[in-house]
Amino acid sequence: MKNDLVLRVVAKLLIPFILLFALYVQFHGDFGPGGGFQAGVILAAAIIFYALIYGLDRARRVVPEPLVESMMAIGVLIYAGVGVAGLVLGGNFLDYFVLDPNPVLGQHRGIFWVEVGVATTVSGVMLKIFYMFADRGKVDE
Amino acid sequence: MTGSGHFSYFVTVFLMVAGLFIVIARSNLIKKLVGLGIFQTSVYLLYIAPGKLVGGTAPILSDAFSVYSNPLPHVLILTAIVVGVATLALGLALVVRIREAYDSIEEDDILARDAAPGPIEQDP
Amino acid sequence: MAVAVWVIARSRNLFGVVILAGIYSFLMATVLVAMDAVDVAMTEASVGAGISTVLFLGALYLSKSEEARPLQRPWLPLAVSLAVGAMLVYGTLGLPEFSDPKAPIHVHVVPRYLNEIKTEVDVPNVVTAVLASYRGYDTLGETTVVFTAGAGVVALLRRRRAKAGEQ
Repeated sequence: MKNDLVLRVVAKLLIPFILLFALYVQFHGDFGPGGGFQAGVILAAAIIFYALIYGLDRARRVVPEPLVESMMAIGVLIYAGVGVAGLVLGGNFLDYFVLDPNPVLGQHRGIFWVEVGVATTVSGVMLKIFYMFADRGKVDE
Repeated sequence: MTGSGHFSYFVTVFLMVAGLFIVIARSNLIKKLVGLGIFQTSVYLLYIAPGKLVGGTAPILSDAFSVYSNPLPHVLILTAIVVGVATLALGLALVVRIREAYDSIEEDDILARDAAPGPIEQDP
Repeated sequence: MAVAVWVIARSRNLFGVVILAGIYSFLMATVLVAMDAVDVAMTEASVGAGISTVLFLGALYLSKSEEARPLQRPWLPLAVSLAVGAMLVYGTLGLPEFSDPKAPIHVHVVPRYLNEIKTEVDVPNVVTAVLASYRGYDTLGETTVVFTAGAGVVALLRRRRAKAGEQ
């Protein structure tokens, strides 16, 4: 599809905005609709869009496979890490109010890191599944 | 009990029955997965519709509003949607593998191939 | 939405079925916005109409089939579905009416969340606060489920490079 001019131009215009929108949804999840899951899915959709227009090899060069695989695992580890940090600092597992001297700010910090972990895992998994499906078809030809 | 008071439940039940029918009555595996998706969305509606209060607003706290729709079903259904897509991805991966092993994605063909023993090509 | 579901059930062209499923997801997201469920609608639109359609099209391409077999004699499944539907309608007659403020769903835990979020957590989006803080353990389980699904797909579709001369 990289020979089609209209698709290439539209993709080049849209993909930065989609990435920016994914970051907006992630960080404004506290104040409006949004949060980790939506942001992760939109991020994966932007990269899938890039892969559809420009080819799988160039997408693999931009987001290499080891990075995607480690993103899948690191997100869950961040989430569990926040929980363990709550344990270490004196509360129960996944207590946020011990993370900071002001309990409300501790909640903010906990929620922020938890959403980052969720978005990382979701976008990594969606992208990895897409890579697997696309890869399976290629080797047959 | 009025008809209009329970309309949301009727819609939910219609979608649920339609999804169920597609799952049990169609033999194509991909259509079955689409039917399963329709069934899942009817369950989302089943949980969210009773949470809505007429005259309320979305559950984002703000000084301008005082009546909010119930946020608890939203939380549960958010989890359910993501788990649903995870299940769908696994189901589609299974369909791809079945296609490579049995050379068909119609349920009748697959059951016939299983009943009549013969070599099934192994796949790398 | 009823029209979309009817055509999905009757159609034989699988590509059309997948696109119609995407349209159905968008319509469902619109209905969810009408129910004031904005977070859920955003997730349903992006996940149901976006990722699901991409995965279905990928699987369709890999399965290399375009047509589903036509249906013969669907009377028994139709009877079973209608019987289940009748039982469900009978069951829902006892449920609270639409938008009833005294329904049990509004009375027990939710007033505490809505009243105390400002002092305990101070995050305006109640759904995010409940999801990440009050019910954070469930969200940990959900993230693990997503990770497991990814690992499962990798396990199912990984190619073992055993054949010599293939790549």
